[in-house]
Amino acid sequence: MAEPMKIRATLKGDLCDVRVLMVHPMETGLRKDTNGAVVPAHFIQEMTVKVNGRTVIEGQISQAVSRNPVFSFRLNGVKAGDKLEIAWLDNKGERSQTETAIA
Amino acid sequence: MRAILFFAAVVLSSPAPAQDVTGVLKRDFHARGQATMDRVEQDALQRVCTEFADQPPAELAKLLEADQMKTLVFPAGSLLGDWKRGEAIAQSGRGATWLDPKNAPAGGSCYNCHQLSPQEASYGTIGPSLLRFGKLRGNGPEIQKYVYGKIYNAKAYNLCSQMPRLGQSGTLTEQQIKDLVALLLDPESPVNK
Amino acid sequence: MRLPAVFLLVFLFAAPGAFAQDSKKEIEKYQRMIADSSPAELFELQGEELWKKPQGPRKVSLERCDLGLGAGVLKGAYAQLPRYFKDADRVMDLETRLLFCMTTLQGRDRAETTRTVFGTADKPSEMEVLSAYIAGLSRGVKLAAGTTQPKEKQAYALGKQLFFHRAGPWDFSCASCHGEAGKRIRMQELPALGKPEYARPVVATWPAYRVSTSEMRTMQWRMNDCYRQMRYPEPEFASDATVAIITFLSVNARGEPYRGPGTKR
Repeated sequence: MAEPMKIRATLKGDLCDVRVLMVHPMETGLRKDTNGAVVPAHFIQEMTVKVNGRTVIEGQISQAVSRNPVFSFRLNGVKAGDKLEIAWLDNKGERSQTETAIA
Repeated sequence: MRAILFFAAVVLSSPAPAQDVTGVLKRDFHARGQATMDRVEQDALQRVCTEFADQPPAELAKLLEADQMKTLVFPAGSLLGDWKRGEAIAQSGRGATWLDPKNAPAGGSCYNCHQLSPQEASYGTIGPSLLRFGKLRGNGPEIQKYVYGKIYNAKAYNLCSQMPRLGQSGTLTEQQIKDLVALLLDPESPVNK
Repeated sequence: MRLPAVFLLVFLFAAPGAFAQDSKKEIEKYQRMIADSSPAELFELQGEELWKKPQGPRKVSLERCDLGLGAGVLKGAYAQLPRYFKDADRVMDLETRLLFCMTTLQGRDRAETTRTVFGTADKPSEMEVLSAYIAGLSRGVKLAAGTTQPKEKQAYALGKQLFFHRAGPWDFSCASCHGEAGKRIRMQELPALGKPEYARPVVATWPAYRVSTSEMRTMQWRMNDCYRQMRYPEPEFASDATVAIITFLSVNARGEPYRGPGTKR
């Protein structure tokens, strides 16, 4: 069961600064635990950002990104009340999705 | 004898401490791993330094430093070991904590407090820089003895120093201290280049 | 011939200074960057959930826990801790008080509740997420640890004594590292915590998310890990000794607007 994301979207005129905090171990598959066993790779592979149902960002994420990642980006042509939806899919097939309205 | 009488006079004349700290430590701490409860017993030196907030009267300090000097055990022959091993010992902060295995070799934690090799940018400033130590002071038997002694028991030279008594506490072996002496004094050591 | 030699000498003395200044600026820049949208906020969310979760034999949540401003009042509660609590007849810091509520309100067993007080990156402890949540609700509130009740004064005095008390195989006191301003251990700056000027920014940013280990760490953890590094035996979680030191530091920091949970290296 995936943990929720925390999204902050601040509108300044026509531009919207978005920051999203995700909970994910982002294991590279290279690390060994205290018993010497390799910790299997477990990381976000795809990320999508949609505004009012329309995909605006498609990201390919790799194990180079660290645990509990923060992504920030800037959108234009959005207005207050628009629905912002951020989703991810990891290498184990787990998904998470969070929505918020742009303020 | 004089040291004990002086100490007693000073302690009796100073105001009583508010609470029994050693008693609190005994009550609120517990042994774990190699960190056993005997570690909270204060020795005379620790009591004096605590009592005088690390600034004991000069007379008393000299007497107690002389006592500490008596604990110094100098090995026979050259005190210079291998500086390459010395660098590894200086880098390592392991040893003596409740997470460290009891008989595993410890490090000297030297870089925690000191600058040593110029190539190492990550150094502490709690103690003075030791850059060019041997270059500035030479490396004959006298200075070798001083460096060995300082690492073995820094309190013999400065009673309330913050530098641990790495030899006397059993943290470092004779060979490890010799390797650190070499790190500081060997002309080939990066410290002196 | 003299001019080049002088130039070389100046350069040798200037270079280490310049390097130290540059690295300090870079560290400050890094701290600003990691503080913005810190994963600490995720722990606050988890803490909020846990605060409301019924647990223990009594199957109740912690929502009736009194942190000093009344049962369930969380806004500004962290900033006025540690303080004396009449029902326990003790000075308590946040974690000590949470433990008290877990055992008295929820009926939970102390041994079970303190089994893993310090979590891991994969599994933060209850104390850690609750501390993050509750501390976050004191953002902007001036630190105001208790100073007037006799036991509060006693705790401060004991904390101060402990701070300067030299013991252990390495003869360390807290002051061995935190006694002098402007010092650092390796590259970590050491605040001289006995003085308000240095205690304030530190107490105002704990508990904190440690980026290097992906863990939320609390003041009780800091006490524990300091004593480990001082080569002492282990202090009991929420003991009078740990509460005393936390009291000493928090009282020294009084007046500072709280801005945690913090984000650190």
